[in-house]
Amino acid sequence: MIVALAAGFLYRLLALILSNPAYFFEQVRNGLQLGFVYALIALGYTMVYGVVRLINFAHGDVFMVGAFTSFYAITRYGWGFLPAILLSMIICAVLAITIERVAYKPLRDAPRISALITAVGMSFFLEYFSALDFVFTPDYITYKRPFEVRVWEVGGVTISNIMIIIVVAAVLLLAFLQYVVRQTKIGKAMRATAADKPTARLMGINIDLVISATFGLGALFAGAAGVLYAIAYPQIITFVGILPGLKAFVAAVLGGIGSIPGAFLGSLIMGQVEVLTTAFFSVPLPSGEVLRGSTIRDLIAMAVLILIFLVRPRGLLGEPEAEKA
Amino acid sequence: MKILRAIPSWITSAVVALALYFGVEWLFRQGKLTIYWQQVCQMAGIMAITSLGLNVIYGFNGQFSLGHIGFYAIGAYTSALITKDWQTQWSGVRTGALAGVLALELALVMAGVVFMLLRVGRLQKRLRETLSRWLNQFEVGFLSFLVLAVALIISMAVGIGVMKGVFAALPGFLENLLGRLPAQMATQVVFFLALICGALLASIVALIIGLPLLKLASDYFGIATLGFAMMVFSALQNADKVIPTMKGARGMVGIPRLTTWTWAFVLTVAVIIITRNLRYSSVGRAIVSVREDEIAAKAMGIDVARYKTLAFTIGALFAGLAGGLYAHLYTFLHPSTFNFIKGFDPLIIIVFGGLGSITGTIVASAGWAFLLEGLRVLLPQGFEAWRFVIYPVLLLLIMLLRPQGLFGGVELGWLRPPKVVRREIPTPAVRPVEVVANPDKHSSESGGVAQ
Repeated sequence: MIVALAAGFLYRLLALILSNPAYFFEQVRNGLQLGFVYALIALGYTMVYGVVRLINFAHGDVFMVGAFTSFYAITRYGWGFLPAILLSMIICAVLAITIERVAYKPLRDAPRISALITAVGMSFFLEYFSALDFVFTPDYITYKRPFEVRVWEVGGVTISNIMIIIVVAAVLLLAFLQYVVRQTKIGKAMRATAADKPTARLMGINIDLVISATFGLGALFAGAAGVLYAIAYPQIITFVGILPGLKAFVAAVLGGIGSIPGAFLGSLIMGQVEVLTTAFFSVPLPSGEVLRGSTIRDLIAMAVLILIFLVRPRGLLGEPEAEKA
Repeated sequence: MKILRAIPSWITSAVVALALYFGVEWLFRQGKLTIYWQQVCQMAGIMAITSLGLNVIYGFNGQFSLGHIGFYAIGAYTSALITKDWQTQWSGVRTGALAGVLALELALVMAGVVFMLLRVGRLQKRLRETLSRWLNQFEVGFLSFLVLAVALIISMAVGIGVMKGVFAALPGFLENLLGRLPAQMATQVVFFLALICGALLASIVALIIGLPLLKLASDYFGIATLGFAMMVFSALQNADKVIPTMKGARGMVGIPRLTTWTWAFVLTVAVIIITRNLRYSSVGRAIVSVREDEIAAKAMGIDVARYKTLAFTIGALFAGLAGGLYAHLYTFLHPSTFNFIKGFDPLIIIVFGGLGSITGTIVASAGWAFLLEGLRVLLPQGFEAWRFVIYPVLLLLIMLLRPQGLFGGVELGWLRPPKVVRREIPTPAVRPVEVVANPDKHSSESGGVAQ
């Protein structure tokens, strides 16, 4: 039945695509833009999970802090785009390392659930503390872009400089991550720690340093993602990190948590699913109303996650491994 | 001290519970507790019920569920629809919603039974083995998928048939039955039925989603259930397109205020008794053994899948019950009450209380309710926004100071594990007479072995 439904949906999608290809590719572009932002957040989740097996729920709020930092740098101090994004990245990294030292490190030998609860607590704290009047603000603010939006048309599909900036920044950062993880000493230490912590410690690796570095590196990307997200969707509030954070996390799990290419793949899928549902999904109901994709895109995205889990219980690129206690 | 020890623990616990009940009731009658604090007391009970549900799933069975709030929401909305129909007749008949939900549940159960009958595991396995002699793996897979699909379609047809049949007969019958009762009593009966219906629907949904998902490893199961909670949230926001009374994202209003301190207290106690007796029964030991070591449990002959599903279903049942009480306490339901952030509350409570500890869960739920509401009253004017700044700081401090939770698996009073009664095993050296005096038993046992 699921197959029949999926086939019907794909058929409808195909018919819609053929009737208006430019619209379809425009949506794919939107999905790509969203997917790249998710990928930057998802990397932080997946790296932290790989090293300490912790679902770091505060990561989405580090992302929010990144967006707000750049907002203040740009509007209040008149900084340019590049310095602002760098500042956000650094502040996020410092924040994440502080959180790790204060809240997670003392609990490293406690049951895993305790660390998870402190992560949730940290997430609440960042959200509500930032919402105080003298910190950020409890209201929605409109993000002022540091540059003019320009639009080009390529083969019927419009491409804005926002899109280009997001893709270029994301690709550069991903290349940087690949370099760090594959080529440098600290990257090697990270991989060793992820594979087997006690043995890595025996080999003389400073575990605390590696874990801090992992949190810092993940937060660098979250900071950048915060700025890019705010540029693409310029309405921010201190709770803005919750949903993108959660979806990026789901994307990381969907791709196979702990795997960097998996997080990337999962994020792209998540972005496409979300945008394409919004654009193409509409079901007439018996009551006469129409169920539109924009209102149930989260439902569809989660249904996709669960369906993928049924086929591949450890995500798309997740390695099958024995459950660790 | 010895005399104190000799009193059975259930008596002391019952005295404490009754004192609590009458104490709060007396304070309320005296007007010393405002309605606001009365609601807080009831909320503590509601939170205890839903957290105990999660405790069964996560504390006892070790299944990391983040989707508990989804079942809570299902219970809340289902029961609210039923009692609202009884009061305002939104469906046209007073018992329309009640009959509808009952018919739906019956249909789901019937469809499930038919589905199980149609694909009897062993038969299908044999069919597969036979077929695989002539066909390749893909074709066998396709054929068994086809069998599955046919079974699903037939069971759905049966379910729909049952639902239509039951729904045609039920409203009139229920109306007649409830009409004979005095109006006040009928409302309470409907309320009780609504709570039960909500809880049952939640547990049936848990069964449906639990069967495929419980195979996943712990964190993956957590994320899948989180996805389920988000799906429920998203569906509730669009619910008005199917049932206009649910009002979707605008929030459902006009639910009668039926939850009282008595209802909340009695149901909390009932849930505590059920949880406690479940925990120390053989089923409970099987459930806990799955948490301790799944492979060892399997080796001891425990049907891991069955106990996982059982624990998940019971937990969802409690969550649905608590949701129903919640709906009739605040008389207003909005999807954002059930978003996944709120879903962390029961998780925080059970970890706080000490994972797997019933006493801890009860104390922590009360603490949680009074802390959050107490902060609202205690904080000076203009500092209301600090409530959720102080709460996580306390959370962090408690977690850092007591990572194992307040009670850390310790139980008090009647909730303590019952003493193991050691059976005297007669040994031939001590009582040779008894062995001789009971020859029948021995011969039958050895006969059984020989056969």
